[in-house]
Amino acid sequence: MLRISDVSKTFNPGTADAKLALDHLSLHVNKGDFISIIGANGAGKSTLFNAICGSFFTDTGTIFLDGKNITMQPEHQRARQIGRLFQDPMRGSAPDMSIEENLYLAAGKGGWLSRITGADRRAFRDWLALLGMGLENRMRAPVGLLSGGQRQALTLLMATYQTPKLLLLDEHTAALDPATAEKVLTLTRSIVEENRITCLMITHNMQSALDLGNRTLMMDRGRVIYDVSGEERSRLTIRDLTEKFRQASGRALDNDRMLLGTEDE
Amino acid sequence: MSLDKILSLVQTAVELGLVYSLTVLALFLSYSMLNVCDLSTDGCFTFGAAVGTLVALSGHPWLSIPAAMGAGMLSGLVTAVLQTRMGVQSLLAGIVVNTGLYSVNLALTGSKAQLTMTKTATVFTILKEKLSGTFLSGQYKLVVLAVIVTLVVIFLSLFLRTRLGLSIRATGCNADMVRSSSINPIFTTTVGLCVSNAFTALSGCLMAQQQKSFDISMASSGVLTVALASLLIGGVFFGTRRSIPLRAIGAVIGAILFRLVYTIALRLHMPAFMLKLVSAVIVVLTISVPYLKNRAGLLRRRYQAARERGAA
Repeated sequence: MLRISDVSKTFNPGTADAKLALDHLSLHVNKGDFISIIGANGAGKSTLFNAICGSFFTDTGTIFLDGKNITMQPEHQRARQIGRLFQDPMRGSAPDMSIEENLYLAAGKGGWLSRITGADRRAFRDWLALLGMGLENRMRAPVGLLSGGQRQALTLLMATYQTPKLLLLDEHTAALDPATAEKVLTLTRSIVEENRITCLMITHNMQSALDLGNRTLMMDRGRVIYDVSGEERSRLTIRDLTEKFRQASGRALDNDRMLLGTEDE
Repeated sequence: MSLDKILSLVQTAVELGLVYSLTVLALFLSYSMLNVCDLSTDGCFTFGAAVGTLVALSGHPWLSIPAAMGAGMLSGLVTAVLQTRMGVQSLLAGIVVNTGLYSVNLALTGSKAQLTMTKTATVFTILKEKLSGTFLSGQYKLVVLAVIVTLVVIFLSLFLRTRLGLSIRATGCNADMVRSSSINPIFTTTVGLCVSNAFTALSGCLMAQQQKSFDISMASSGVLTVALASLLIGGVFFGTRRSIPLRAIGAVIGAILFRLVYTIALRLHMPAFMLKLVSAVIVVLTISVPYLKNRAGLLRRRYQAARERGAA
């Protein structure tokens, strides 16, 4: 499904601030995988997502999505097949525009001069009702009036309205209060399962990294240092993960937020 | 002052307001929707006037309108290409095009700083003949302008509801979201600036034909600042939370209101050279007052905190 081979990226090359953010990273994601990704701050998790999305072009290596080489494809073209959610709920939608207008752009149907039709509105209403947040009755309200949780749920709908081949979740519940985070995570799970979307999820919550999905990656200094799935993964505990990190990277996992685990998401 | 005199002053003010309202609507698209401050506005206004005048002088009054709009689109295209494809900062791109257009305009007129159209057929003279003898004969300019402005408002209201129009609005609001909707923000910025500059040029074209003369410095009264002031005044009545058609109408009302107030100020012996300063102050006030209100609240809290610390 997604094949990343030998991808490297250095920021500020040739200066004192040069930083090797991705270090000859290779990764093969199978169709239908739900992969959780953990790692300390600056490990390159978000940089990996940026590389996959095309926010920048990589220095070396190739990226194939569903058999097609997308290494040099511009970001907006890749977006047809890749959905992405950020930690910041504000990043996914346009605040001055209404809910239905945001959804219409995300739906990406029709020509440039087409307009929202009654059929579109009915479809949006049905979709929004799935969220159980009452947004289906506020379709003409500006998105800027919604709460962070509502906006993130809306962004989730927008990212999956046309079923993407790949969904990238970059700590998308970390900025929400615990109850809302739980709700958005449940929604994510049901949408991903129902549409069998291949999904990568960055999380700081080690427990949900182990609970969700079928495979877990641990990243450090721009590389994947631990890749676990199946039988071995089902027996893992948070303690095992921190131990693995120490073994693989040669230092202790020094991130309180990760160690504290379940409470912070 | 007689009633007739007052009415004619008001009529002139409304006519000028309607001419400028096309530039205000252009800024409504580029400044309010696309979030780009297009500093090529003054140059583009004169460019539209020059092209429109030349086409009218060559005997094609109707053709002058699409010609001027086409010229505006071209100017908008250059500004857009500079800022989206060639790494020139947005503000600088506008300034550079504005400067370059001055030479282009003089090249077009054969280095004449003025062209007169006293005996030339324009869209206004054509309608004057058509309306002569009817009760509207004295208002022919008003009729031409009202029709054109109405068409532009209707066009914008419909256009901004299409997928392309929505993409342009989203580009000014959240370019990340546009990209993740598989739309290229470079494309939407380019289209937005082209359409916007077409209206600015149309505004200049009608200005020249209405005054029956072209002047290379006709935009030196600071068309951009005046139009921005009008746009912001319109926003006071029909603010950002209103629907697009209402906001577009608000922009037109703002332009007319600005001219009316200016006319009254001139009557009250404000010297004409104050126009620029007044519009500059209006722009600054409408932008800063909300900001300063915010700051004032903060300063008050800080002051109270300091007093409580002192008391404790």
